Amino acid sequence: MSPVAVTQAPPSPAPPPAGPAATRRRGRPARPKTDGVAGYVFLSPWLLGFAAITAIPMLMSLYLSFTNYDVLSDWSATEWVGLDNYRQMMTEDPSFWHAVRVTITFALVATPLKLAAALGVALLLNRSFRAGGLFRGLFYLPSLLGGSVAVAIVWVSMFNQDGAFNSFLGWFGITGKAWVNDPDYALGTLILLAVWQFGAPMVIFLAGLKQVPAELYEAASVDGAGPVRQFFNVTLPILSPVIFFNLVLETINGFQGFTSAFVLSGGTGGPVDSTLMYTLHLYNKGFTEYQMGYASAMAWVFLLSIGLVTALIFRTGKFWVHYSDGED
Amino acid sequence: MTLRARPFVLVLLTAIVLYPLVWMLGSAFKSPQEVLNNMSAWPREFTPGNFIDGWNHFDVAFGRFFLNSAMVAGLTVVANCISCLLAAYAFARLRFRLRGFWFAIMIGTLLLPGHVLIVPQFVMFKTFGWVGGDWPYAPLIVPQLLATEAFFVFLMVQFMRGVPKELDDAAKIDGCTAYGVFRHVILPLSRPALVSTAIFSFIWTWNDFFRQLVYLSDLEKYTAPVALTLFIDSTGQSAVGPMFAMSVLSLAPVFLFFVAFQRMLVEGINTSGLKG
Repeated sequence: MSPVAVTQAPPSPAPPPAGPAATRRRGRPARPKTDGVAGYVFLSPWLLGFAAITAIPMLMSLYLSFTNYDVLSDWSATEWVGLDNYRQMMTEDPSFWHAVRVTITFALVATPLKLAAALGVALLLNRSFRAGGLFRGLFYLPSLLGGSVAVAIVWVSMFNQDGAFNSFLGWFGITGKAWVNDPDYALGTLILLAVWQFGAPMVIFLAGLKQVPAELYEAASVDGAGPVRQFFNVTLPILSPVIFFNLVLETINGFQGFTSAFVLSGGTGGPVDSTLMYTLHLYNKGFTEYQMGYASAMAWVFLLSIGLVTALIFRTGKFWVHYSDGED
Repeated sequence: MTLRARPFVLVLLTAIVLYPLVWMLGSAFKSPQEVLNNMSAWPREFTPGNFIDGWNHFDVAFGRFFLNSAMVAGLTVVANCISCLLAAYAFARLRFRLRGFWFAIMIGTLLLPGHVLIVPQFVMFKTFGWVGGDWPYAPLIVPQLLATEAFFVFLMVQFMRGVPKELDDAAKIDGCTAYGVFRHVILPLSRPALVSTAIFSFIWTWNDFFRQLVYLSDLEKYTAPVALTLFIDSTGQSAVGPMFAMSVLSLAPVFLFFVAFQRMLVEGINTSGLKG
């Protein structure tokens, strides 16, 4: 996967000015062409971190996924079980498939809704007006707070039997229920919590909207295009790289929801597995049942799936993402 | 939409978006009976009782959890600022073999979900004897000392690319080595990027739950988010008010940061994202 295409816009560093530095040396040895040693000195914490915290654990987890390792017994009791964990996952663990379904549903529903909300509000805020910055900040606030346990707790209470949502429904004479305890609705409340945090992609959309040249709108309106056509024929195509960027980011985020599901279900993924996010199932397998070999296998399936989905989004991007020539 | 309708739509949207927070704040001040039967955001009478009950709800005072959270967040801030700045300087300014290769890998780790590595990391830290014990926070902080938070490396690289190269060259002509350029040019000029990194590090670590849940098992060592989940398990209705009160308190630092640095937080997202 190469997110570089979108995220790394800036120009490559200018070529080193060879002239003055080379001619100006006064008796000092010529400056070496590269900062090889210094480069690796400065990079060394990152390199060590990449090796020890990322690369080696990744290989280790691949190895563990073929074993029955549990953290409680001794290493010597660990056996190579081949593809057993993977087979068990696919055929003997119904909760695994529940987790897959819950996670895909969550990502598939929450991501488009969140992006639509983000784009919609960004369009409202786009033209500069007094207090625009204030609104932008207030809409962004949930993105800062929303991932916390505290907000998840409040959210669950809000959608409980005697929560704020039911009192709102009461105005219309509707008697609500304990939405968070109903298998049909529990995941829906978590999706709402994710959509509520539309502020972060909204801010990125706003930055993107600022880049749309005003001349294009003028030209379009001279040609007789109304606001709707301008949106579909000017705004959307020009904004498509930003939409793409947000889509990749939010989809990957969507797959990783954990905190809200943990809080709603007290860690179980209930009611009846309806909020069993993949990461929650992985956590329970690895850290409450101590089946770390199995959890490692789940982690690899997760990683490959996310890679696949990202690759898929990049593949479709070719058909709908337009990069204008003028960009940088 | 006509121009005149827009302010009303915006105000309505703001009210909907902020309502959960207002409701939480109001509920935190309701009396135990009111919390159960008054669903509006506004308490009939304000009582601070929930804050006192919540603070003393467990065997360990809630203040201890806040202190633990503050320590983890504080150390993470320092670790991220130092390690990511060093790595970013190498990527943005120094020329060395395989730079492009390592940079691509760093970008790749941006998208790597932390959940994938949690099991082997746990096994590794346990082997080191870092899990449990008197100071169980090493697994939460040591990775940050090694610049594993690629987002901040990337943010700082983007920032440094905006610093004029001529300054480096001038310093070099004056006899600065790569280390001197870092010390006298990049470090002082990177202050805005460091401040963004510090604020985001603090907020994300303060809100982080997954890793703290995995590594902290001793009540005495719990951070605030992990301690908050204990309220969920104590199912008694009497805990609802104190739970809200402690939730409000735990969001207060993030909220204060938001009030103080609102513009910067919003801009920080942009500098890291699209345009350098």
